[in-house]
Amino acid sequence: MSDAYDDHKPKFFTRWFFSTNHKDIGTLYLIFGIISGLIGGYLSFMMRMELMEPGMQYFSSPHDFSMFASMHGLLMIFFLVMPSLIGGFGNWFVPLMIGAPDMAFPRMNNLSFWLLPVALICLIISMFVPGTASGNGFAGGWVMYPPLSTSGHPGPAFDFVIIGLLAAGFASIFGAINFITTIFNMRAPGMTIHKMPLMAWGVLVTSWLLLLSLPVLTAALIMAFTDRNAGTGFFDPAMGGDPEMFQHLFWFFGHPEVYIMILPAFGIVSHIVSTFSRKPIFGYLGMAYAMVAIGVVGFIVWAHHMYTVGMDVDLKAYFLAATLIIAVPTGIKIFSWLATMWGGSIRMTIPMMWAQAFIFLFVIGGVTGVYLANAGLDTAVHDTYFVVAHFHYVLSMGAVFGIFAGFTYWFGKMSGYLYNKWLAAAHFWSFFIGVNLVFFPQHFLGLQGMPRRYVDYPAEFAFWNKVSSIGAMVTLVGVVFFIIWLIEAFIVKRKAADNYWGEGANTLEWTLSSPPPFHQYSVLPKIK
Amino acid sequence: MRISRLATSSALTLMGLASAVSAFASNKNGPTDGDIGLQRAVTPVMDSIADFNVFLVWIMVVITLLVTVLMVVILIKFRASKNPNPSKTSHNTMLEVVWTLVPVIILMIMAVPSMKLLYYQDVIPEADLVVKVTGNTWNWEYAYPDHENVDPYISNIVDIPNDEKLGLSHAQIIAKIDARPAGEPRLDGRPYLFASDAALVVPVDTVVKVLVTSNNNIHAFAVPQFGVKIDAVPGRINETWFKVNAGEEGTYYGQCSEICGVNHSFMPIEVMVVSKAKFADWIANDGQFSTQYSQNINGAVKTAAAK
Repeated sequence: MSDAYDDHKPKFFTRWFFSTNHKDIGTLYLIFGIISGLIGGYLSFMMRMELMEPGMQYFSSPHDFSMFASMHGLLMIFFLVMPSLIGGFGNWFVPLMIGAPDMAFPRMNNLSFWLLPVALICLIISMFVPGTASGNGFAGGWVMYPPLSTSGHPGPAFDFVIIGLLAAGFASIFGAINFITTIFNMRAPGMTIHKMPLMAWGVLVTSWLLLLSLPVLTAALIMAFTDRNAGTGFFDPAMGGDPEMFQHLFWFFGHPEVYIMILPAFGIVSHIVSTFSRKPIFGYLGMAYAMVAIGVVGFIVWAHHMYTVGMDVDLKAYFLAATLIIAVPTGIKIFSWLATMWGGSIRMTIPMMWAQAFIFLFVIGGVTGVYLANAGLDTAVHDTYFVVAHFHYVLSMGAVFGIFAGFTYWFGKMSGYLYNKWLAAAHFWSFFIGVNLVFFPQHFLGLQGMPRRYVDYPAEFAFWNKVSSIGAMVTLVGVVFFIIWLIEAFIVKRKAADNYWGEGANTLEWTLSSPPPFHQYSVLPKIK
Repeated sequence: MRISRLATSSALTLMGLASAVSAFASNKNGPTDGDIGLQRAVTPVMDSIADFNVFLVWIMVVITLLVTVLMVVILIKFRASKNPNPSKTSHNTMLEVVWTLVPVIILMIMAVPSMKLLYYQDVIPEADLVVKVTGNTWNWEYAYPDHENVDPYISNIVDIPNDEKLGLSHAQIIAKIDARPAGEPRLDGRPYLFASDAALVVPVDTVVKVLVTSNNNIHAFAVPQFGVKIDAVPGRINETWFKVNAGEEGTYYGQCSEICGVNHSFMPIEVMVVSKAKFADWIANDGQFSTQYSQNINGAVKTAAAK
């Protein structure tokens, strides 16, 4: 076949280190995501162990605990969720699904990936160099608010964090440019934008969000860097600066970031729901434009993260109203998934279980988001564990369940091997039960008033903290099952067919072999 | 049949949960171990927050239930073994309009009381007393600008140094603290990690305006039972207010609610609400309170009654 043309396999070093192949780069991103996820998971597990009982059991200094919390957030967001969903699945499947031979800028794709290990190394170094007088590493929370991050952290740790995040930011900006160009210019003949698979829509909207929001974070980080090292005073009130300006800049990036992490997962879940219901997605256009609406509105709601900073009441009222609006397109997505399944012929496969759990958990994270949007009520739960529970329901259970859904859906396509169903089911159930045990009780802790980022808490918060920590142990079992099924699949090597999900899986990647040839579509597919 | 029974039982469970979240478990102050709702309200603002909380928890539970039940029903009803031939429907304009408009209506119904609450909370009424709260690393400083004779004073946690805590249980730490000689800050039955060596003293049934600022990092002044949480930001003065309901004299606790460095977990807020007469006496007899520790009468610190 013509696909065999130039189907050379470069040698190991050339193939994996100088790669310009979107599938190989996607694989690198996924491996990178798993490694960062394990490090970030270790940090959170240690936090949960510390919080299992009142008192200080494992951390000799509260600084170290805050450092673990800060690094956990940064690693999970910038080095697990974003690389896996956008870099990993985006690279692998956007070209395959739109009928493109590769990404538009293969060398820039390589650069996007290789900036990330550099960034991760900077963050890991930061944990071992002085942060404050109380210890090594940066302990100012993932939000990095000055003055704590500027004058509060005189050591070099935060400089390493800034450099690392700048590198990761540039990696994402390059990736975003690549995806936008690819999706706008390299769709196969007949693949109009309104026929494009929802995964590609999700990555397209995400890429725009990255392109428009990351430069703002970059600016804020550079201003923090010069405040620390060059004597500027952007965020220093003593020099006419304003620490709240950083918060506005940060959340102008930070809120779109939330959707950056969830939109590709929306795309993945849509394909899985459609495949295993054997029905086309219900209300396709509504689904696509709901994502666009979420992306647009996502840019004008950022200050709902800052209700307690002392904003003008009319401004709060605006952000309250704008934030509530997001519930509408999100609701459209939930109802459309249910309507897709209605009348379908539903198979409860492993990816379908992850996708259903995603929908259920995302609804919980969504309604608590509506709760938090109400500025008056937010006063009671702002910066408490209620917020922690809320955003873990959308991230730890939304985005991460989306990642596992995609991984179990496409694993055979990517590796060429099938996994053991029972091991994968054990992974799902222990993970599902575990994360719910971890995070559901945290709603109660938050309503009772337990603040975030506390190394020790009054005895009145003991019970639900214990439950939460037991949940962390169950989740750890889930992670172990994940690693076991992954290794088992590569050892046993059950060959995957081209379309191993059968009828229902009808996007373009299922027309290719598993794994696909090194270069695909040397004759472009035509879409009717 | 089985589906409807499952739906009913899960509905009942979640509704039980909802009423538990919205009900107040006890009359005590501060958090209660194992509780799942807000702390008991003692100001009109917190009363309004609690009422709105009940309303929203119900909306959340009903929506979650609706989606969950629908999902379970679909997964059972349309399983492949029972429904081998999928329908081809992928559009229904009416349905799509309905599920766009119904959430819009729900949100509009929600926005009305939400805005009312916000403006009630944020528009500060004529104040009878002004207190100024300043966040430091890592303690609070309280001042009474209306009463120049009251010197500003620092409120520190009653605790042992962090490097002596590793591996000690709270009971052991409390025993160490209470073994101190009289005159040094002790707990004497007050809750560890909440108790301070100098409470903010305010009168009951009085509109208190709180000015909040910080000397260095950002902190947040929070008292859950008052419905108060406001950031302490260097370079600016934020305002909030509370009015403790008549008959609710007592000691209330809060904790710093914005990460501020190594001792973020260890800068509690202790507010002692006293009768108007007692407060007048406290003001009249000030001066000695900034340095002297009291006998912790009624769980409070530094009171005029100590002299």
